[in-house]
Amino acid sequence: MSDTAKKTPLVRLEDLNVKFVTRESTVNAVNDVNLTLEAGEVLCIIGESGSGKSVSMRALMRLLPERRTRISGTIEVDGKDVLSLKGAELSDLRGGLVSMIFQEPMTALDPVFSVGHQIAETVRRHEGCSYDKGMERALELLELVKVPSAERRLKAFPHELSGGLRQRAMIAMALSCRPKLLLADEPTTALDATVQIQVLILLRKIQAEMGMGVIFVTHDLGVAAEIADRVAVMYAGRIVETGTVQEVLGNPKHPYTQGMLSSTVHGNMRGKDIEAIPGSPPDLRAMPPGCSFAPRCKYAEPACTAALPPEVVFEDGRMARCIKLTPSAAPEKELVPA
Amino acid sequence: MANITMSPADAAAVQGAPSVRVRSYWQNVGYRLRYDYLTLFFGAMVILIILSAIFAPLLAPMDPYQSSLINRLKPIGYKDFLLGTDELGRDILSRMLYGGRISLTMGIVPVLIATIVGGSLGIVAGFVGGRTNMIIMRTVDVFYAFPSILLAVAISGAMGGGIVNGMLSLTLVFIPPLCRVAETATSQVRNLDFVEAARATGARTLSIIRVHILGNVLGPILVYSSSMVSVSILLASGLSFLGLGVTPPEPDWGLMLNTLRQAIYINPVVCAIPGVAILITSICFNLVSDGLRSAMDVRL
Repeated sequence: MSDTAKKTPLVRLEDLNVKFVTRESTVNAVNDVNLTLEAGEVLCIIGESGSGKSVSMRALMRLLPERRTRISGTIEVDGKDVLSLKGAELSDLRGGLVSMIFQEPMTALDPVFSVGHQIAETVRRHEGCSYDKGMERALELLELVKVPSAERRLKAFPHELSGGLRQRAMIAMALSCRPKLLLADEPTTALDATVQIQVLILLRKIQAEMGMGVIFVTHDLGVAAEIADRVAVMYAGRIVETGTVQEVLGNPKHPYTQGMLSSTVHGNMRGKDIEAIPGSPPDLRAMPPGCSFAPRCKYAEPACTAALPPEVVFEDGRMARCIKLTPSAAPEKELVPA
Repeated sequence: MANITMSPADAAAVQGAPSVRVRSYWQNVGYRLRYDYLTLFFGAMVILIILSAIFAPLLAPMDPYQSSLINRLKPIGYKDFLLGTDELGRDILSRMLYGGRISLTMGIVPVLIATIVGGSLGIVAGFVGGRTNMIIMRTVDVFYAFPSILLAVAISGAMGGGIVNGMLSLTLVFIPPLCRVAETATSQVRNLDFVEAARATGARTLSIIRVHILGNVLGPILVYSSSMVSVSILLASGLSFLGLGVTPPEPDWGLMLNTLRQAIYINPVVCAIPGVAILITSICFNLVSDGLRSAMDVRL
C-alpha cells in the first residue's frame, strides 16, 4: 500500500446519522457512527437484527429510498464525498469503486437472465467494453470464485444453480469491476454451514489477493472470528465497541459484547445453560437519553441513563462506549453487577 | 485478475460434472416448441387464418358484395356456394375470407396499441409509485367503472362510426386492464432484491426498467394481452352491430353474426359459421400464447 493510502483511509464515516422519516414517526436507525477502514482491511460489523448494520452499509452506497431517508454526517470512500455525488457519478461509484454482496442469493439475481449475462452487463456498464468481452470476463470471474465447470454455468439461469453457486455468482458479479471496497451484507446467512465456510475462505482469499477493503455485516460471531481483521459491535444504531478481532472477541470490554459472547452456543457447553441478555433492544423511534443498552445491562447504575456515555479510546486504538471504562492503560476496573 | 489455482476437490468436481450440451436461450425455446405439438398445431392454424385473410382476393370464389335475391339463405353446399349464402344471397365463404381481414385487424391492432400504451403506463406507475402511481391508477379506475362494451360504445359514439374510430375506442377500452396487469406485476418485481442489486452495481433507473423490470413483467402482460385479442374481435362485432364500427355492406365476422341472427330459424347452420370462425380464432390465439409462454419462460 502506498503512503497516500495510509493518510486517507479507504472509508471514513463521521457522525453518520440515518433517520427514516414517515408521517407518524422518525426512526433513528443509525446514530453518530464513526468508522474508518484502511485499504486491504476486513472490518466486521456485528449486531443483532435492527441494530443498523445493513442500514449503514446501504447508506454508504446511498441505496436507501431518498424520499424517506435523512442522512447526515460524512461518508467518504477513497477520498470521495459520497453524500454530494449526483446521478451519473453515483452510479459510477456503485459497482465500480464500491460493490455489494447481498444476503439472499435466491432473490438478488434476476431470474430471467443467465448468470453470465448479468455479470457481462455489469462489466460492460463500467468498463465500456463489448458484450463478448464482458462474457469472457464473466468466465474468468466464475473460475476465480471456483464455480465448477464455469463455462457451462455461464449460460445457466439463477434457478438452475444451488444456493452456494448462486452466492459465488453474486460474489463474481460484485468483483467484476475490481472494486476497492466490497460491502458484504450477511452473505453467508442464507447458506448452510459447510458452504458457508467455503464461501468465507474464498472471500478471504480473494480479498487478500485483490487487496480490497471489505466491510462484512453479520450477526454470527463465528463468521466474524473467521474473516475479520477488526470488529465493530453495533447496538441500537450506535457502535458500542471496536477493536481487533482477537481483542474484542477474546477480551470484550462493553457489557453488550460480553453478553453477546456469553449467549453464543459453543461446542463445549453441554449441560450448561446459555446466558441470555434479558429484555429487547430499545425502540428506535424514541431512543433513551443515556446509554441505549442500560435498560438491559446488569451493571447499570443511575449515571448510565443520565447521558450518552462517551467513546472511551484505549491506547491500542480500541474503543468502547461505557462509562464504567477508563481510557487508562492501568488494569481496567473489574465490572461488578449493580 | 488474480489467478487462483483450484483445489483438488474442485478440480474433481469439474471433471465429474456431466457434459450437458449448452444451448442458447432461443435454441432452448425452439427445442421446447418442437415437442409441444399442441402449440405447433394451433400456431399453424393462426398462420393459416392470417394468410387466408391476407390472400382473400385470390382465394375467394365470388364477389363478397354480389347479392342475389333468388339465392337468399341457401344451405351449405348449395350450387357453387360452398358455405351457403346470407340474407342477401351473398356467398358466405367469400365474405368470411374478406371479413377475416377486418375482424383480425380489429382484434389485433387495438390490443397491440393498448399493450404498448397501457403496459408502459402500468410499468411507470408500478415502478415510480407514490403520487405518480396514484394519478395514473385512479385515472385508469375511472375507465374501469364502465362495462367495457358500454365504454366502447360511448367513445366511438362520441367520435362517430367507422373502422378507425372503432379501433381507437377499443384501444381505449383495453388500456385500463393492461395498465392494471402491468402495474401489479411491476410493483411485485420492484421490491425484489435484484432490483436493488442492479442499482448497487451501478445501473441507472432507465436501464433497470428496460432490462430487469421489463424482462420479468413482459411475460404476464403478453399472455394477458393475447387473450384480449378474441375479446377485441367480439367487441368490434358489437360495435358493428350498433352501426358504430364496420358499416354494411363491408364484410366482418361480428357484423355477419349479427345480421344472420335474424335467420337463425330458417338456416341455423349458416348462421353459426361466423360465430364458429370467431371461436376457433380466439381459441387458437389463446392456446398459442399459452404455449409460447411456457416455452419462453426460463423458470420452467
